[in-house]
Amino acid sequence: MPVKHPPDYEITIPECKGDILRIRDLRFAYPDGRVALRGVSLNVCEGEKVAVVGPNGAGKSTLMLHLNGILRGHGSISIAGMSITRENLPIIRAMVGLVFHNPDDQLFSPTVFDDVAFGPLHMGLPEAEVYTRVDEALAAVQMDDFGKRLSHHLSAGQKKRIAIATVLAMRPQILVLDEPSSGLDPRARRSLINLLRELPITMLISTHDLAMVEELFPRMVIMDEGFVVADGPTAKLLEDGVLLEAHGLEKP
Amino acid sequence: MHINVFDHYHFQDSLIHRLDARVKAAVTVAFILSNAILPDGNWLAFAVAWLVLLLGNDLSRLGLGYTFKRSYIVLPFVLVAISVIFSPLGKPLAQWHLGFITLIPTNFGVARFFSILVRSWLSVQMAILLVATTQFPDLIHAFEHLRLPRILTTIIAFLYRYLFVLTDEALRLLRAREARSASLQGRKRGGRLTWRAKVTGSMVGQLFLRSYERSDRIYYAMLGRGYTGHLRTLNPHAMTRLDWLALILSLAVLSFIQLLGWVR
Amino acid sequence: MLLSPAPLHIPDGFLTPFISLVFWGATMIMVGLAISKTNKTLGERQIPLMGLMAAFIFAAQMLNFPVAGGTSGHFLGGALAAIVLGPWAGILVMTAVIAVQALLFQDGGLLVMGANIFNMGILTVVIGFGLYRMVIHRKIGARLVAAGLASWLATMAAALLTSLQLWLSGASRLEIVLPAMLGVHTPIGLGEALITVAALAFIERTRPDLLTSEKAASGGGRGWIIAGIIVSLLAVLLSPLASGSPDGLERVAENLGFLEIGQSAPCEILPDYTIPFLGETHLSTIIAGMVGALVLLGLLILLGRSLRKSPPHT
Repeated sequence: MPVKHPPDYEITIPECKGDILRIRDLRFAYPDGRVALRGVSLNVCEGEKVAVVGPNGAGKSTLMLHLNGILRGHGSISIAGMSITRENLPIIRAMVGLVFHNPDDQLFSPTVFDDVAFGPLHMGLPEAEVYTRVDEALAAVQMDDFGKRLSHHLSAGQKKRIAIATVLAMRPQILVLDEPSSGLDPRARRSLINLLRELPITMLISTHDLAMVEELFPRMVIMDEGFVVADGPTAKLLEDGVLLEAHGLEKP
Repeated sequence: MHINVFDHYHFQDSLIHRLDARVKAAVTVAFILSNAILPDGNWLAFAVAWLVLLLGNDLSRLGLGYTFKRSYIVLPFVLVAISVIFSPLGKPLAQWHLGFITLIPTNFGVARFFSILVRSWLSVQMAILLVATTQFPDLIHAFEHLRLPRILTTIIAFLYRYLFVLTDEALRLLRAREARSASLQGRKRGGRLTWRAKVTGSMVGQLFLRSYERSDRIYYAMLGRGYTGHLRTLNPHAMTRLDWLALILSLAVLSFIQLLGWVR
Repeated sequence: MLLSPAPLHIPDGFLTPFISLVFWGATMIMVGLAISKTNKTLGERQIPLMGLMAAFIFAAQMLNFPVAGGTSGHFLGGALAAIVLGPWAGILVMTAVIAVQALLFQDGGLLVMGANIFNMGILTVVIGFGLYRMVIHRKIGARLVAAGLASWLATMAAALLTSLQLWLSGASRLEIVLPAMLGVHTPIGLGEALITVAALAFIERTRPDLLTSEKAASGGGRGWIIAGIIVSLLAVLLSPLASGSPDGLERVAENLGFLEIGQSAPCEILPDYTIPFLGETHLSTIIAGMVGALVLLGLLILLGRSLRKSPPHT
């Protein structure tokens, strides 16, 4: 049952020149007829860290898949002023680093090195540069010596870090993470949170982990049934028990 | 059961481990071919081949008996060859009366049987040594270098990566089946054959669908990282002088074995 | 041990270099054709799909189930792979599976890999897809029966060809290896057929879009029907002939010069060298084969009915 909540809050987006991500009235339905997005609009500024929350089936993952042109809905998306067209796709995909929910889907090569090198190689970078990028990305997620390791020997937390490294190696402008903390034990989750805090990059994540949102993300967007139902400062939204409950969320 | 059951690579720092995967693959195939073309009953040549194998075991620091202990996998197939012992060629060695069947082992048949056995046993040990000293991804790289079609090496790389994920899924399905198949005392367990087949078939169907859907997600992950239909890989392997030396020495030893086998 | 496949993976040492190379040649031609066809016709999405399907076949081979008399129904998967992916992609997937089994687990040899791929990855695909392609536009019931028959026959044909290779290599006596292999594989093939049919029925219920006739037909043209029928007929005619009169087959092979090149010394069967139960064995093999086929047909029809009646899972 679609519940439409008009936003009770004036949307307070921090002042910024040149939004890095601008989505206007995005709509999308899957081929089997399921409507996932019913008109989503969102702006993200450079350097911002934004969390998208909401129940399963709210359209969060579908939204994420639009950001680097894997799914193409109706409406407009622009990344640093560029709209997503066939010609722009290679640049867009280098700019938007998308990390999937399940690292086993993201890490598809036999070794860690092959996986982290996949992005830079397919961007057409020269060999020496590819090695530099791989070292740099693995260092950024504190997994320096893992290049030779086999992907299926890694723990869940390590896989998550390597998955992030695979997109960092492409030096993206925006990091988009789908449920980064799910399936991790407390220690791995803690070290992931520390990692995300230290990465100096624009970040848009979808998650169910409101405790992490409270700790890391100053701005929160609530989605439900394909709509953005609230968008504002995390601290303020988390105080509204009625709003949270209406969308199946719990204050941490 | 853990994924490591499938991983036959045995970590060590040894000369053999450090050799280029191409050299190891080529020598393995040459060794197997050499055994295959040795004439039957050349025990001296087979013995030298076995010494080469022992040397390989020793140089890889896996222990002399490493490959021997794992070579039992060919045993079931040996049954197939037993009938050869009673080949009508050659001189009869004995006469065994089993009921109304008379079996006559001949010297030719016995030599042939044991030659097949030894060839198979030596070959499988060399293959075991290859995977014990070479990481499988290196082997895939080696095949890329050896001009194996890219599409095949890519399928093999995916197969290797997801082997572990999917067998885990298959094991979970099996466990779920076990957990739900109780048997009452005195009753026959498991239901009708068609029912059992249907359950297993549904599991296979389910595994198929999960794999199919996962391949979609992997495709998205590849697209997200710039994949446009052409796969690229780095070629980090280069043959060193030591690799060449090892290759030439091994081939020389194998030629010597052939010489032993054919010149009498 | 979980990985105990049907005795079709020939280890190194059992086939002569000549036979090994002949089948490597045949396999390389077919795989080469498959590569050029898939490169031409299939989209970029196909690469991860084929990789995952190969891993799927590998994992599915672990799901065995007891059939009768202590034997397990094992799943080879060639027919299923061909039906859901099309024949060319099916050949590539099975090639990868057999290669990894040999390289990583020593399940099957390296020099004889060509023969193993040919038996389990090409023959099964040709028969599996060819017979299924005949009824591709029919209703699901007919397609399931065809798929079941095709996968049983594919397993038996693989066993037959394996026996012939072993015999031509002088690694076994034909009158022993053939009845043994066909006998062992009759229930194994039955398991293969039942699993293939049930798996297809499951896919048809949950994702019918994956099995539409246009999709399957785009994988391979009508030529496959002819190839499938010819190979199936060859297998059906050759097995009673081979078990009924191995001497005749031996003479043909000899006339063709196979035995001299194939073996370092031919294992001839002397005319006066006979084993009393031999005649019975051939007769019983043929009868067992026929009874097996009838039982299979009956089971398939029963299974097809019960599957159509059962409500779809939600």
